[in-house]
Amino acid sequence: MGALQSLPDEPEYRDLSEKTGFSFEQIGILHKRFKQLSHNEDTLRRDDLNTIPDLSCNPIRTQIIEAFFDKRNFHQNGEGTVQEISFEEFLVVMSHFRPPALDMTEEQREIIRREKLRFLFNMHDTDNDGTITLEEYRHVVEELLSRSGALGKETAKGIADAAMLEVASISMGHMEPDEFYEGITFEHFLKILKDIEIETRMNIRFLNMDTTNLCKKINSQQDHYLQVNGEQKIA
Amino acid sequence: MSVHALRKSASSSCSNILVVFVGIGLPIEASAPAYQSHGTEGSHLTNITNTKKAFPVLAVNYEHVRKPFEIALWILLALLMKLGFHLIPRLSAVVPESCLLIVVGLLVGGLIKVIGEEPPVLDSQLFFLCLLPPIILDAGYFLPIRPFTENVGTILVFAVIGTLWNAFFMGGLLYALCQIESVGLSGVDLLACLLFGSIVSAVDPVAVLAVFEEIHINELVHILVFGESLLNDAVTVVLYNLFEEFSKVGTVTVLDVFLGVVCFFVVSLGGVLVGAIYGFLAAFTSRFTSHTRVIEPLFVFLYSYMAYLSSEMFHLSGIMALIACGVVMRPYVEANISHKSYTTIKYFLKMWSSVSETLIFIFLGVSTVAGPHAWNWTFVITTVILCLVSRVLGVIGLTFIINKFRIVKLTKKDQFIVAYGGLRGAIAFSLGYLLSNSHQMRNLFLTAIITVIFFTVFVQGMTIRPLVELLAVKKKKESKPSINEEIHTEFLDHLLTGVEGVCGHYGHYHWKEKLNRFNKTYVKRWLIAGENFKEPELIAFYRKMELKQAIMMVESGQLPSVLPSTISMQNIQPRAIPRVSKKREEEIRRILRANLQNNKQKMRSRSYSRHTLFDADEEDNVSEVRLRKTKMEMERRMSHYLTVPANRESPRPGVRRVSFPTVHFEQPSPPSTPDAVSLEEEEEEEVPKRPSLKADIEGPRGNASDNHQGELDYQRLARCLSDPGPNKDKEDDDPFMSC
Repeated sequence: MGALQSLPDEPEYRDLSEKTGFSFEQIGILHKRFKQLSHNEDTLRRDDLNTIPDLSCNPIRTQIIEAFFDKRNFHQNGEGTVQEISFEEFLVVMSHFRPPALDMTEEQREIIRREKLRFLFNMHDTDNDGTITLEEYRHVVEELLSRSGALGKETAKGIADAAMLEVASISMGHMEPDEFYEGITFEHFLKILKDIEIETRMNIRFLNMDTTNLCKKINSQQDHYLQVNGEQKIA
Repeated sequence: MSVHALRKSASSSCSNILVVFVGIGLPIEASAPAYQSHGTEGSHLTNITNTKKAFPVLAVNYEHVRKPFEIALWILLALLMKLGFHLIPRLSAVVPESCLLIVVGLLVGGLIKVIGEEPPVLDSQLFFLCLLPPIILDAGYFLPIRPFTENVGTILVFAVIGTLWNAFFMGGLLYALCQIESVGLSGVDLLACLLFGSIVSAVDPVAVLAVFEEIHINELVHILVFGESLLNDAVTVVLYNLFEEFSKVGTVTVLDVFLGVVCFFVVSLGGVLVGAIYGFLAAFTSRFTSHTRVIEPLFVFLYSYMAYLSSEMFHLSGIMALIACGVVMRPYVEANISHKSYTTIKYFLKMWSSVSETLIFIFLGVSTVAGPHAWNWTFVITTVILCLVSRVLGVIGLTFIINKFRIVKLTKKDQFIVAYGGLRGAIAFSLGYLLSNSHQMRNLFLTAIITVIFFTVFVQGMTIRPLVELLAVKKKKESKPSINEEIHTEFLDHLLTGVEGVCGHYGHYHWKEKLNRFNKTYVKRWLIAGENFKEPELIAFYRKMELKQAIMMVESGQLPSVLPSTISMQNIQPRAIPRVSKKREEEIRRILRANLQNNKQKMRSRSYSRHTLFDADEEDNVSEVRLRKTKMEMERRMSHYLTVPANRESPRPGVRRVSFPTVHFEQPSPPSTPDAVSLEEEEEEEVPKRPSLKADIEGPRGNASDNHQGELDYQRLARCLSDPGPNKDKEDDDPFMSC
């Protein structure tokens, strides 16, 4: 980890702050983290996120990493995935996890709720077709259960089927036997999850003070390890 | 709590109640001579029998049964009152139950006084050892863990700092008041006032529960007030003991204050530790109860009570011990015990806590009539006002500080309810009662305490409901457990942990994840019986939901209209399945129905035998057995008549098919539409005449090919209906599937 601690100028921060709602200190800290993860480059790649030790035992690791590279989460009406992201895009993705401010009106909270649920929806809808099909949902449940005990695909399938049935019943009400429920659209998704107060649940604490020094040590050890191994591989 | 000597009064039946309840060798009053023989004779005492008396056919001996009789009578009275309130329709909607019970107590006390007897007073020992533990255990065992742990910081701040603030503010200002000459209380010194402040400042869990139960407020506020009322016990214990000791001595040194602080940590952490130890013991014991399911609930109750008593013995916080015990033991015990034991525990706890609460409020009313009172307008009114003011100031001030650290801030409405919901109750009264008579202000304090309690329970208790409506405070969402919500809750947990990892700091979710992993790898192995410890939460949740729905269905004979729609699996996953022709379908259905009838009759005539039960539980339901038997029959028949499904992956012989039935219920459809192969008909023993009732437990309608899966589902369903046991050696065995 070099000594390149120079942060961008104020005007850049101001733009970012306006766009994402973070404070300057928070942006500064996240920028440091970005640089740490990307090894001081300007863009972040999937492999950089793969090396985070905390993520290694997370059952939905792949989905989380994919979410960072999903253009739909960049709020620029794009689609598809990218191979690397800049700091601004990183920040935009992170801004989905900001808590709502205390003095928000009901409409603003609703907007935030939709935004967060949209993020979740995008995580499930991997093929970008606007609906979560049964296969995609099954995949979600499989991933969730993958670390917790390896009980097989059948279980996950059963649970996903039941969940899908529930969604269909709540959203569609009545269907003829030959009708086919295509998949969960975003509106249905909103409906079934309206009881989870997502705007209060889907938040993490963003620090205003710098405590990334701890993680720096851990990650620098990681870097060292990678370097050593890299050398061995070459040799 | 320091337990003082029993209060002796001439005909205080409370002491007698105490003896019977506790049964620890406390001195027995000599009102019921034990040497008196049973019932009918009565003149064995006299050896001198000069004349032969006529044989007494009927004689009355009240003294013999006096104690239990009076106890039972009181409890019966309390419960009849409770019953009565709910029969009067409008009353229970306006007035909270606690108020009504206190009024009843007042009336009863007045009645007893009019008769000329002395009304019994709420004996502190009775209260702390018998009446309080069930309520706290009920609260602790069913404490919603997730909101509690998410808000534990806030709760602790309110409980500790809030209570300290209340105690000192009130004590200090009351002392200042007493200094004023016109009040006439110049004899009261600072320590006595502080002692009084510490008694009156604590929010009472019984009162909070009683009132908040009825207003269904949102989870956050509920857990804040309720958690605070539970956790402030440690503070109350320490302050009370501290000031009591000091007021005897008269002076306080810095060392004493320091020791007080140390004492606080010892009391609270010690209480939690004691509770946790007993909790682990209970969990460990429940691992081995698979063969003696009848006594499972008793372990839960006894270990918890022992935790309470043990910590009271060491002057630690009994309430915190009880909470810790309940919280620690619950996940492991519930994984081990049978469904029936779970229901038993739930209902017994609710029952005992309900009775206790009722008795407490009634006795509070009676004690008000009975107790010696010393009234001083200024003091009492000031106390009440100060209570409110200090509570409001405390909440506002603390929230201001807390909001800086919370992700989700507390709004003004939340703050208002938290402040307004700080009710005082019987704990304050009992603590006041425990004050020894050497305090010259004891009666005054008691009167003031009772006034505060009355004010908070009556005024605040009654007005909080309309205020909640008025302010449009968020209410609790009455939502049924939804599998989607559960999936997403777990998904969110992992997602947030992951994003925290990306951000690089160890936050709330990180530590929660670490704890979960530790729990899974080390602790569950020891405390959960059989193979269940590997089961992830999502699956456990799903199983429980299914089980509930299945039991509801069997018991009521009706279909719960959870999902009132006609959607079935086919809508979600259509396949090109060769449809069995309608004629053949009818034929199959007829044959199956005929067989069902046969089986029904066979089942009825078959005697109830232990060997037909596949679970070693004495209390198995006959209907469950019947269900299972019928399903097996169905399976055999269907494999004869039906073709193998075309598109679905047919199970290879070696592979065990494990699948969850998609539990889906629908309204009875008009008889003209083709019936699905209804495998539920045999369950309608209560409702015999509803052949059109369909419960599409699995297959798509009119579709025969999924029935093989259906049978397995039904077997699973049947297994779910009986009690879980670790050993199952049935035909379709899967260690995971054992309920």
